[in-house]
Amino acid sequence: MSRRHALVDVAVLAALLLYATPFLWQVLTSFKPEAELLRVPPLWPSRLTLAHYEVVFTQSTVPIALWNSLATGVMTTLLACALGVPAAFALATLPVPAAGGLMLAIVASTAFPQIATVSPLYLLMRELGLRDTWTAVVLADASFALPFVIWLMTRFMREVPKALSEAAALDGCGRIGTLVRIHLPLTAPGLASVALLTFLFAWNEFLFAFTFTATEASRTVPVALALFPGVFEVPWGDIAAASILASIPPVVIVIGFQRWLVRGLLAGSLTE
Amino acid sequence: MPSSGRHRLTRRERAERRAAIAFVTPAVVTLAALTAAPALWVFWLSLRERLPVFGIDRFVGGAHYAFFATDPRFWSALRVTGTFTLVSVAIELVLGVAVALALRGQRIGRRTALALLLLAWALPGVVTARVFEWLYQPVAGLVNVVLGAQLNWLGDPSLALPALIAADVWRTMPFVALFCYARLLTIPPAVYEAASVDGAGAVATLRFVTLPMLAPVLLVTMLFRTLDALRAFDIMYVLTGGGPAGMTETLTVYAYRSLFQTLRLGFGSALGVVVFALVMLVAAAYLGVLRRQDRAA
Repeated sequence: MSRRHALVDVAVLAALLLYATPFLWQVLTSFKPEAELLRVPPLWPSRLTLAHYEVVFTQSTVPIALWNSLATGVMTTLLACALGVPAAFALATLPVPAAGGLMLAIVASTAFPQIATVSPLYLLMRELGLRDTWTAVVLADASFALPFVIWLMTRFMREVPKALSEAAALDGCGRIGTLVRIHLPLTAPGLASVALLTFLFAWNEFLFAFTFTATEASRTVPVALALFPGVFEVPWGDIAAASILASIPPVVIVIGFQRWLVRGLLAGSLTE
Repeated sequence: MPSSGRHRLTRRERAERRAAIAFVTPAVVTLAALTAAPALWVFWLSLRERLPVFGIDRFVGGAHYAFFATDPRFWSALRVTGTFTLVSVAIELVLGVAVALALRGQRIGRRTALALLLLAWALPGVVTARVFEWLYQPVAGLVNVVLGAQLNWLGDPSLALPALIAADVWRTMPFVALFCYARLLTIPPAVYEAASVDGAGAVATLRFVTLPMLAPVLLVTMLFRTLDALRAFDIMYVLTGGGPAGMTETLTVYAYRSLFQTLRLGFGSALGVVVFALVMLVAAAYLGVLRRQDRAA
């Protein structure tokens, strides 16, 4: 019985490995010699090479795009949390005027299609002279990151027992003190999840970054990958290498921070 | 004395209110500028003919919307958007439930299993597009090699949309599976024991125990997935660019092309508004269903 169970477990793992094949194939492709790319079968190459990574690092804009993505992703996350956490604290614990309507608007705005807000944001960025800057990418990404942060953090902060903040108030804690000493420590795991997801969304975001950037001064990795140039034929190996580099944060998150990821995802959607 | 007590209370209440406003204001101002204002502004833009290149900017009222009625490209994009959404959400739900059921009893390598599953979901859409572009490559693409076929997946008008849907299902099914899996873990074993004592077989248990308990989660997941499918842009823009011959051009791709390639800001905004309206319509419909369920429960 337990032996049969183990077999089923292994079969499920094998099936999921098969499911990940498209990505694993891209990984293998990124290490294949140029001459063997279009010669399939055999599936496994005669030797593995770093040549494609060398090309990507020395001849493409991907390295600087990685840097732009990292910087704008971190800045978006910090901005959204810095603005969103106090707002969530107030919505969860203080008598915010018209809190119900505000919350409804915030949840509704997470459903706004980017394609609808992209043209006004484009005019706004142009008016402010922000095109092709990190600021433009960060502000545009904050437009969907901030509602997400407020929504989730409000839910997490509502679960902090009221008695704790009352006790803190009696001990002479001001509201900021209560937020910093009671609510932040108690919702730290939730905040970590929210920050992680915000970074992931910002890292993966394409439409805004594609619209508001113009050169390698601000282009993020998805944009660089979408525009990856080919002169005469498609450089499949180089594109594969660039794809793998663009996938490093998601892979690290899925493997190393899986619990945070799952917690954030489930909290974001399982309405009780 | 009681009046002074009440007075102190209202003063405290007023102070709390002031603090609440202070905490909320930075976020609300930012949201008003970056989210709410653009959402309203786009309606105004959609009523204008705005061609920055030629310095044209004038009010045309509902002319863009009226034009849609006779614009075959609009109807085609609407049809593609609808087909893409319906088919990919339906397949994702069925596959997602199946994967969740398979994962439920997993004891060995649960973390590895989830990592393999969630990887597809966590990748940037552009990476997924590039991955599938290579898989569908006519000569050396893995799909043709495995099938022993020579199909031009992304170039053949009848194959491109199914190929696009397959790529989208690959990246979003894990989302559905994760939610169903999480819900399944919360069903107490006693429920299944009771079902088996009552003589329910595997199919009956699935039909009368598991699926009804999954239903609320499925409904919410379906809402999220439908909204995302209606809004999707990156995967089709990079994988097929709307081609061949517009066979995979969704409303979002049509809108983007109009906005930033033909540089018709007003017309493109009107297309954006249509997507906006579709999304809000679907959200309202789901919320209506959820509320009715709540009342019934």
